[in-house]
Amino acid sequence: MSTTQAAAGEVSGAAGDGRDGGRVPLSDRARAERRLGWWLAGPAFVVMLLVTAYPILQAFYESLFKYRLTDPDAREFTWLNNYVVVLSDSIWWRAVGVTVLITVITVAVEAVLGFALALVMHRALTTLRPILRTAILIPYAIITVVSAFAWFYAFSIDSGFVNSWFNWLPGISEDTNWFGEFGTSVFVIIASEIWKTTPFISLLLLAGLAQVPEDLQEAAKVDGATWWQRLYKVTIPNMKAAIMVALLFRTLDAFRIFDNVFIMTQGANNTEVVSFLAYRQTISRLEIGLGSAVSVLLFLCVVLISFLFIKLFKVDLASARGER
Amino acid sequence: MRRRTVSVAAATVLLTALAACGSDETTPTLTWYINPDNGGQVELARRCTEAADGAYRIETSLLPREASAQREQLARRLAANDSSIDIISLDPPFIPELAEAGFLAEIPDDVAEAVTENVVQGAIDGATWRDQLVAVPFWANTQLLWYRKSVAQAAGLDPENEPVTWEQLIAAAQSQDKYLGVQGIRAEALTVWINALVASAGGEILDNPEAPADQVQLGLESDAGQAAAQIIEDIARNGLGGPGLANQDENGAMLQFQGDRGSFMVNWPFVWAATLAGVEAGNLDQSLVDDIGWALYPAVAEGEESRPPYGGISLGIGAFSEHTDLAIEAAQCIVTPENQAYYMVTNGNPASNTEAYDDPEVQETFPMADLIRESLEAAAPRPQTPYYNEVSTGLQNTWHPPSSVTPDSSPEDATTLITEVLKGERLL
Repeated sequence: MSTTQAAAGEVSGAAGDGRDGGRVPLSDRARAERRLGWWLAGPAFVVMLLVTAYPILQAFYESLFKYRLTDPDAREFTWLNNYVVVLSDSIWWRAVGVTVLITVITVAVEAVLGFALALVMHRALTTLRPILRTAILIPYAIITVVSAFAWFYAFSIDSGFVNSWFNWLPGISEDTNWFGEFGTSVFVIIASEIWKTTPFISLLLLAGLAQVPEDLQEAAKVDGATWWQRLYKVTIPNMKAAIMVALLFRTLDAFRIFDNVFIMTQGANNTEVVSFLAYRQTISRLEIGLGSAVSVLLFLCVVLISFLFIKLFKVDLASARGER
Repeated sequence: MRRRTVSVAAATVLLTALAACGSDETTPTLTWYINPDNGGQVELARRCTEAADGAYRIETSLLPREASAQREQLARRLAANDSSIDIISLDPPFIPELAEAGFLAEIPDDVAEAVTENVVQGAIDGATWRDQLVAVPFWANTQLLWYRKSVAQAAGLDPENEPVTWEQLIAAAQSQDKYLGVQGIRAEALTVWINALVASAGGEILDNPEAPADQVQLGLESDAGQAAAQIIEDIARNGLGGPGLANQDENGAMLQFQGDRGSFMVNWPFVWAATLAGVEAGNLDQSLVDDIGWALYPAVAEGEESRPPYGGISLGIGAFSEHTDLAIEAAQCIVTPENQAYYMVTNGNPASNTEAYDDPEVQETFPMADLIRESLEAAAPRPQTPYYNEVSTGLQNTWHPPSSVTPDSSPEDATTLITEVLKGERLL
């Protein structure tokens, strides 16, 4: 089984890259393996189409209607009017702004923290590494809603402990209402997001670190490179693909942030993010058309982010594939 | 191989059909979608199942805690013609929306007459849409003014005998350096407060709540709307709502009221039962209970009567239920005065039927029972429109945080936003 998979992977990898130069006619064996590859991947592909392509198309179709769930008789085809309403509304742009702010800060902080954690794990003694890895992974294993509640209660003004533990810090007192204004609310949202997903990024980076050839490090050491120089000239350039994949995944994830905002502020104090906006139009207001338009726009944002990462930063997903 | 599969499948279908027949022949099961409480509705379901003597069996199914989430779940299910919904515990503001969509079964005139006998007017109004009773009034809620006798005395107020105004409360809290218990969280509780203030000032949030979405007119840009905004501004700007005002709900207000800086609070009667429970559990002191007084909801202007908030639960009958007639029968059983009295005593939720207040146990458990009944008669429902969610959310978005509310801009902002949203020109 494992040999088959490896062979199929190789074949499709080679065919997909098209880097081998001229088109060499495939041998019978290669063709049979490619067919097997399709047979093996086919069911998964069909399932993907069913669970992703179908809802996306359905959402796009719904977004062309003025349609309220509790008033189905008034359903009316309005072309792209819902998109005009959304895009000309300051609420949408504010939500986009807040989402971008949260995304940029969380991903930047997580990248630095995650890299530091990955270095610690990488350098840790072999006996210690599994324990360390498990310990670091714990926050990531916690359900987001649960972690959001934990952070919410920790900072809440009536039952939280943060105010009484940290009231020696300037700006924090017993009466600090963390969820009373924009800055502090976003701070808690971002902090809980960072706490929860840094382990994910650090694991991806750890996989990248393991890929940096040890002999390059040693050669640099022999040449008298300091630790910083080795980090900047050897380690990071050699794991660029892993870093970019980690950043891409986290950016896509962070842009779709929902749970923390839903639990902590419900969008109060202008902390509304794009997914929450989509949720409120579709689920709370039951405006299926308008909500679908917001969802489609959110989807397009995510596509745009992936496109920018892949084209602009030249993230090579193929070269990162199979690492670890 | 194939033949065997077919025969197995056929046998399975047959068995299922037989099983279905079997349960049909015995007792029809009614599903009652209930809001979370202290187990009272489950007990009422049991009692009525027993009383039905085999005519039907009531099962309960729990809805989410938040009223808005209850509405979301019910609307989604009913839009999909869910036939498992027989009886529904409904929050009054959402009744018009479900009724207008045809999600609630009609209630026959004779039943409507029977279930509104001796029922407070607020509860009947809240269960009526387009002059037709569309839900059976069950329990009815209202807010009272709760106060600490010591603080009121020190401030020279006697709310029990002389109606007080918001202005007086603000002055009293300021002079005594205490917090007022109000609900400033961006949630339904804020709409409840705003509506009570506007109604007490003689206005209405919507001028024509039954109009189609694009013709709805708001009544906030008026003296009443400005008076309401002025009160909220005064409380928030002076820090009288406490540091957590912007996310203070009913429970938060109660906790603050029980604390050292509690003074006056507007809140539902559950606070009484909760405070007594706190004393019983040893978390609160008996002296606190002795210090608590109650009065009618504060007025906006001196000499004018206040219009306290109205809440509660009415029972809707699912339009797609397979046993509509049995469900109506069961709803009538649930809302008998005896059952309402039981529910009030055990769960702290006031009855909508005035007869229930004569129950000695109700009088004993709720020393303020007569005041609650009086408050219910004066209560003003929230705007009864199928677009209630938009109106309420629009208000919450423009009147939150309370410290941003001003009489000059807030009524206008809310009017513009809600009108545009209802016309489909804006997001919410």
